[in-house]
Amino acid sequence: MKLLPPIVWLVRLLVGAYPRWIGSAPTATQRVYFANHTSHMDTIVLWAALPGALRANTRPVAARDYWDKPGLRGTIAKEELNVVMIDRSRADPDADPLDPLRDALEHGFSLIMFPEGTRSAQPLPGEFKSGLYHLATAFPAVELIPVYIENLHRSMPKGALLPVPIICTVRFGGALRLRADEDKDDFLQRARNAVAQLAG
Amino acid sequence: MGLTLNETFLAIFCALAILSLIATGAGQWVTSRTMDTVRLTRLAIVNSRVRSSWSVLALFTVAFVIGPNALLVVFALASFFALREFVSLTPIKSSDHWALVVAFYLVIPAQYLLLGFGRANLFAVFIPVYVFLLMPVVMAIKQDTEFYLQRVAKVQWGLMISVYCVSHAPAIATLPIRGYEDRGPLLLLFFLLILFLTDLLQVIASTLLGGTPLKVNLNKTAKGALAGGAAGVLIGTALWWLTPFLWWQALGMSALIVGSGFMGTVVLSLVKRSLGAKQWDSELVLTRGVLERLDALMFAAPVFWQVTRYIWVIRADL
Repeated sequence: MKLLPPIVWLVRLLVGAYPRWIGSAPTATQRVYFANHTSHMDTIVLWAALPGALRANTRPVAARDYWDKPGLRGTIAKEELNVVMIDRSRADPDADPLDPLRDALEHGFSLIMFPEGTRSAQPLPGEFKSGLYHLATAFPAVELIPVYIENLHRSMPKGALLPVPIICTVRFGGALRLRADEDKDDFLQRARNAVAQLAG
Repeated sequence: MGLTLNETFLAIFCALAILSLIATGAGQWVTSRTMDTVRLTRLAIVNSRVRSSWSVLALFTVAFVIGPNALLVVFALASFFALREFVSLTPIKSSDHWALVVAFYLVIPAQYLLLGFGRANLFAVFIPVYVFLLMPVVMAIKQDTEFYLQRVAKVQWGLMISVYCVSHAPAIATLPIRGYEDRGPLLLLFFLLILFLTDLLQVIASTLLGGTPLKVNLNKTAKGALAGGAAGVLIGTALWWLTPFLWWQALGMSALIVGSGFMGTVVLSLVKRSLGAKQWDSELVLTRGVLERLDALMFAAPVFWQVTRYIWVIRADL
């Protein structure tokens, strides 16, 4: 039985998850959507905001230590969201944690990722980790779309057990490209600003 | 009239469906023949109002076919969406999380269940008395003193307007008026029709008569609002046979609905703007917001319910 559709409807009922395509259009181009991370519901809200036709080919990137658990959460993550698991703990120091992401991009999937790595308490994103930069260098043809998820931190503040219904919008900005003369820190700063700008 | 209740319902249903069909068709036909952009925007506003006639029809059908209890579910959802919109527009701190959990998941079901179980007396005081006193207590647990009164007041206002006021619309269908038993949905239909037609006629009259748009509602002018309101009262009077009222009583009650409904439009427009919504058609929601759709009903429903209950239920039983 598919568990995801009722969950998506529940998310819509609670927080709306209305998409706003500000700088880009919902097309089937291969993309990496990168967004601010304020709540456990971020992944599912961004997913719900995408048109149904794009969802099948878009895989959220998520931390293995949170999502890869026996039970409902793990089943939905693996079988229905088709999550790309990323190893935050780096159990094997030689393995590159970005390998599963590269693999997914090589197979033509779009990705949803949260470059802050962890949830932040405030709506504006904190420092970005370098993964986004490495993907941008390795896959110059993939569009990088900044996304700002508005209001979700108010629906479920850190430590809250139940989400409160609040209308939440998901704003998609224009595609970002790595410039020829740009180093890692400049690019990550620019990417972070692109998300912050969507906060308006 | 020798009609049974079922025949009355069926006749009204057909009449409404035909009227809605004609209005929708006429709206589309005129739109397809108009090139002028200013007229097209006006027509789009009129057509959006005509579309709500189908929701009135759907509500009436639900009330009749499934029974008034189905209305409780519909209006409880309306309260939920209205409160969700109100909370979204209101700056509320994370320390108010529990108060909102109580408001959404306990107060809304409780208010509609009280109505469903026929506890009209408790229904009428539950939010203004008990929840009014409970909310500041729940919000005191976190001991967050910053803007305490403002935060409490906003949650209370949100609950009053989107739960208490809205819940009085289905309550109209449950009033135990002597000699009018089982006909509750007809009284609700009378109420909704007047609100809907007045709004539609005000928009149309504002287009035809012109003038400067009202500050609180850019789609209406003073002349249009007056003419449309007068027409609404006349239509209400002509529909006296739907109600337990005599024709002159129906005139008074229609004026009450139109008048209080207009106050609701004015007040909610000001509330929404003072909360910082950029314009009526908020970008938060895809079309007109829930608060805007229900603004007239939010004021008219409790007033109409209270006055009808006092005169035709309480005083009639003395």
